[in-house]
Amino acid sequence: MSDMSLHETTPETEYEAQMGDYFALLKPRVMSLVVFTALVGLLVAPTPVHPFIGFVAILCIAVGAGASGALNMWWDADIDARMRRTAKRPIPDGRVKPGEALGLGLTLSCFAVVLLGLATNWVATGLLAFTIFFYAVVYSMWLKRATPQNIVIGGAAGAFPPMIGWAVATGGISIDSVLMFALIFMWTPPHFWALALFVKTDYGDAGVPMLTETHGRRVTRNHVLAYCVPLVAVAIGLGFTSIGGWVYLAVAVFFNAWFLKGCYDIWRRDDAQAEADNYKVEIKTFKVSLYYLFAHFGALLIEAVLRANHIGGL
Amino acid sequence: MAIQVEHEIHKRRRGRNMGVGILLLAFIGVVFGLTVVKVLQLGDLRKFETFDHVVRPQIVPDTPETTVPLPEVSN
Repeated sequence: MSDMSLHETTPETEYEAQMGDYFALLKPRVMSLVVFTALVGLLVAPTPVHPFIGFVAILCIAVGAGASGALNMWWDADIDARMRRTAKRPIPDGRVKPGEALGLGLTLSCFAVVLLGLATNWVATGLLAFTIFFYAVVYSMWLKRATPQNIVIGGAAGAFPPMIGWAVATGGISIDSVLMFALIFMWTPPHFWALALFVKTDYGDAGVPMLTETHGRRVTRNHVLAYCVPLVAVAIGLGFTSIGGWVYLAVAVFFNAWFLKGCYDIWRRDDAQAEADNYKVEIKTFKVSLYYLFAHFGALLIEAVLRANHIGGL
Repeated sequence: MAIQVEHEIHKRRRGRNMGVGILLLAFIGVVFGLTVVKVLQLGDLRKFETFDHVVRPQIVPDTPETTVPLPEVSN
């Protein structure tokens, strides 16, 4: 090594990744949804958890979700570069090197799983480890480029957090936590296909087999309604478990009627009508789907507060 | 080139270094807090000490099984 190498400077044109760029790899918006649903799963469980252990558990779940996001961005950098929505992500934008994303994803995955195991129990830990594996390997590496049903099965990764939160508190799995999982699992397809209907060109250009491209938009509209019907059954059914109640049921009936109407409207019309009003119904239904999930988990939280004060329940 | 105490890489990476420092401190805080909570949750500290590598008879609670009878002294 020469003396000069010690003082060598990076050319000014070369960008050096900052903390914000690494944080962006963790998909903070997805992480916020994961934190919310996991927190609800933990708080509605019948077993109390020490607040600090609860905090560490949610931190581990959030970091695990972020780690799988980083692994997803590392694997999908080529796809991301070809889509408008994702072209500005740190790797395709050149701010973070792929190897850095891989290293960060693997390190944070191990950190989150080990710390959750030491802080809570091995059921919750096993579920978190499986979730990271499912999102990074089953969804990102395998299904996403292989089948138009990618988001149906891949949606399971996003559905695990409330189940993990429940397992943190109880150390197990029950019908309540399985139905919370099922609620997000069944909600994901109509939510994403409504989105795919009005951002039609992006997925096709990137070579991702979205249902809109492989089977056509008519079939996609049919699928939106077909998945919404069992979603309604799951959402209402959750109201009759130990974590449900009148408040939850009232919220569920209202939002399921609203979302079902939106999915029905999507199914009823064709692309000519959609083009005419610039996908107004599809965009509106997509927005309703966002309120839908927040409202259901918010209502479960309200029920937990009512139960703690000996009010509510069926 | 003169040896500089403050290399420009220090300035360039200040944000990253500060971030890593804060994360490490937060990690120490989490592990410390977790340790305190876990130990306090044991309630009786003897549960912790008894199984600390070597059983210490002086902290094992007195029960009929563990109490050793004193030898009889004959005149």
